[in-house]
Amino acid sequence: MKLTLRVWRQQNADADGAMSTYDVDDISADMSFLEMLDTLNEELILRGDDPVAFDHDCREGICGACSLVINGDAHGPERTTTCQLHMRSFEDGDTIDIEPWRASAFPVVKDLVVDRSAFDRIIQAGGYVTAPTGAAPEAHATPVPKPDADFAFENAECIGCGACVAACPNGAAMLFTSAKVNHLNVLPQGAPERETRVLDMVAQMDEEGFGGCTLAGECATACPKGIPLVSITGMNKEWLRATRKSGRR
Amino acid sequence: MDEMADITDMGDIAAEFAAYTTGAPVVDTKAPGGPVNERWDTRRFEAKLVNPANRRKHTVIVVGTGLAGGAAGATLAEQGYHVVQFCYQDSPRRAHSIAAQGGINAAKNYRNDGDSVHRLFYDTVKGGDFRARESNVHRLAQISVEIIDQCVAQGVPFAREYGGLLDTRSFGGVQVSRTFYARGQTGQQLLLGAYQALSRQIAAGTVEMHARTEMLDLIVVDGRARGIVARDLVTGKIDTYYADAVVLASGGYGNVFYLSTNAMNSNATAIWRAHRRGAYFANPCFTQIHPTCIPRTGEHQSKLTLMSESLRNDGRIWVPKAKGDDRPANEIPEDERDYYLERIYPAFGNLVPRDIASRAAKNVCDEGRGVGPGGQGVYLDFADAIGRMGRKAVEEKYGNLFDMYARITAEDPYTVPMRIYPAVHYTMGGLWVDYDLQTTVPGLFAIGEANFSDHGANRLGASALMQGLADGYFVLPSTINDYLARNPHRSGDDDVNDEHPVVQEVLADTEDRLRLLLAVDGDRTPDSFHRELGELMWEFCGMARTEPGLRKALERIPQIREEFWRRIKVPGTGEEFNQSLEKANRIVDYLELAELMCLDALHRDESCGGHFREESQTPDGEAARRDEEFTYAAAWEFTDTGEAPVLHKEDLVFEYVHPTQRSYA
Repeated sequence: MKLTLRVWRQQNADADGAMSTYDVDDISADMSFLEMLDTLNEELILRGDDPVAFDHDCREGICGACSLVINGDAHGPERTTTCQLHMRSFEDGDTIDIEPWRASAFPVVKDLVVDRSAFDRIIQAGGYVTAPTGAAPEAHATPVPKPDADFAFENAECIGCGACVAACPNGAAMLFTSAKVNHLNVLPQGAPERETRVLDMVAQMDEEGFGGCTLAGECATACPKGIPLVSITGMNKEWLRATRKSGRR
Repeated sequence: MDEMADITDMGDIAAEFAAYTTGAPVVDTKAPGGPVNERWDTRRFEAKLVNPANRRKHTVIVVGTGLAGGAAGATLAEQGYHVVQFCYQDSPRRAHSIAAQGGINAAKNYRNDGDSVHRLFYDTVKGGDFRARESNVHRLAQISVEIIDQCVAQGVPFAREYGGLLDTRSFGGVQVSRTFYARGQTGQQLLLGAYQALSRQIAAGTVEMHARTEMLDLIVVDGRARGIVARDLVTGKIDTYYADAVVLASGGYGNVFYLSTNAMNSNATAIWRAHRRGAYFANPCFTQIHPTCIPRTGEHQSKLTLMSESLRNDGRIWVPKAKGDDRPANEIPEDERDYYLERIYPAFGNLVPRDIASRAAKNVCDEGRGVGPGGQGVYLDFADAIGRMGRKAVEEKYGNLFDMYARITAEDPYTVPMRIYPAVHYTMGGLWVDYDLQTTVPGLFAIGEANFSDHGANRLGASALMQGLADGYFVLPSTINDYLARNPHRSGDDDVNDEHPVVQEVLADTEDRLRLLLAVDGDRTPDSFHRELGELMWEFCGMARTEPGLRKALERIPQIREEFWRRIKVPGTGEEFNQSLEKANRIVDYLELAELMCLDALHRDESCGGHFREESQTPDGEAARRDEEFTYAAAWEFTDTGEAPVLHKEDLVFEYVHPTQRSYA
């Protein structure tokens, strides 16, 4: 198929960006979206132009590196990561807009690459269990009810891609933060740090400049791993409980 | 085979490289003696310790943040060391360990099915086709039980039974149920556990994390590893980092093949540059081809996707009995199907080890019975499993894998059998390390897939996660103490700095290399060279290898290398975010490593595990080892680009598991 691509080009964090238009030909429906961009980049290199920079690594939908807004949707029209989106989702002759994540807490590094280190700092604020190596009790010492284990797992599936932030009209990171809070807070291993975890992570989230949550629900719609909107409700309950218990905010 | 006719007429360059010499044997001086089950205790007791108050004065560099690196960085920091850690990704959470699906082995014997540390040890030595060290493998089996405890304590959400206890399953080539899993995302969950432990240390200031920073060379001063040269991938700035010890946890080198299940940016530069600086490279030809990957669709293919071989627990593999049968799978009646693994290996059936399953798939495709585009695929059929367990149970167990398959192929595996084909997946070879996981460069350690230590010639399923975490959480943090205690850091020790002549030379090397890549301004892209090399390696150094094929590859590689430096085109500059430059620089190293892999494969004139030499097979087509000549690990010493390396043999001794020809029939 033949496509027209309108791609956000921005030399670096300080430069101004703009959309540039490229035509690509001979695109197979079996190609992944990123393989289509590879094809464009091979042509750009041979022409002596700067290829389009984009983050990608595993191309299996699990590392969370890829991060494109395609025709206005984070990760494009299907509920998947950009790397698992295939060209069969598009029609011959389509014009496709490709932009980076848009959020003030995710500054552009170059072209379609953004800086998501704010997510790492949210985890550093409390998204862990303090369990130094070697200190662990026998794994079967504490059974975990299967529903709790399943709930923890469903939240732990978050790949940290940032689509939730990109899709949110407020640029909020509530879905990301709530996924980790819920994952660890429901488990007995996470219980001792239950209050500090949610308070510290939410405080860090605010400090990073993410927007507030108005429960628009766009995050859960964009999430390639299906983290549900109710996760946010879960975190709000944890946060309320923690503020009451600790008197902290 | 026609193109092999002219191989006797091989080029001078290839002949020169292939004329390797044999040097003194390499000896593991750290391996303790005594009963195998006491050796790890013995070593830990004999190893010197560093006074806790002195640890913060020691800096340890860790390159990579996968299971091995993430676990090591977190644990060393918990012990009090100052850790400086690097990853090329934008976050330490994205290392490719995250893509491991199936599970992690541990000899917990929770099923009361006859498992034990000794059985895991035995299975791993046998599965590795008697090319791994008994001491290392036994230690791995012992530590496996602690890993599960550690991960559960971190909040890793393993699958559980209704009673709240951990669930296990049997996995690739073993008959006990010892594999712990988190749906099809075990690697992700274990990695996030390590990442979270690391994050805690980053917040505490004990780990200095450099994301989007790639190691480009090793600094060796007075025979000891003292630091690295690394490039900030955002600004392009090349910097030096100094330490008392350097740990490489940079993963394997499967991307030599261009198409593999590795992440796109996984690369061999850290280990190859360390090899060039003196670290021996062991068993480079031991690469694993994974049997259950999604077949390629065309030239544009950028990588291959693996599906957990846990699928082989319930899926049945078959091809049509007749050649060229192109009816849709569902229209081929039962008696016209060949469930070839069940037929050839009735005891293990679809659960034979990876190398055997892969080669069998290649054989039936070579016979013209393959399915799908180009006949490069076999069916993996769940119709029986769905009939037996119900669709819901199959969904529960494999749902995410089925979804992934459907997304990539646009086919519904609940109604149409999956198509699978083998792909390069894991590299058992890597930097040679002793029992302490130290390379031949003092102060340089290699852990996880980056070393060669535990899997011999073939890795069993669910053992990579086990080894990465064993090395990172438990082995390295114990053994590195011994090195640091014997090489104490003196305060105000700034003998190594940017002015040091060795550092200046290493820096100049790196800068020159990048400058040259940018200066060639030829007419071929980095990917075009990578693809060409990969196709060559897949054909001649892939699932089945022959002397003429390997010689042909050894002749071609220097020619590709020469053409690379004449025709490579890298746009942009070195002082910016430049993904083409990153790629091209990695290919420089693949073009040398590939040559060593082929030479290693050529010199190892036997078949074992993942290394199958067509000249060495049993009458029924199985790998035939030649123990009298090849019961050793081949550790190669670098001399110069394209020049004959030196082979150092480490003899392997089997006191507990006696070599037998593997039989899974």
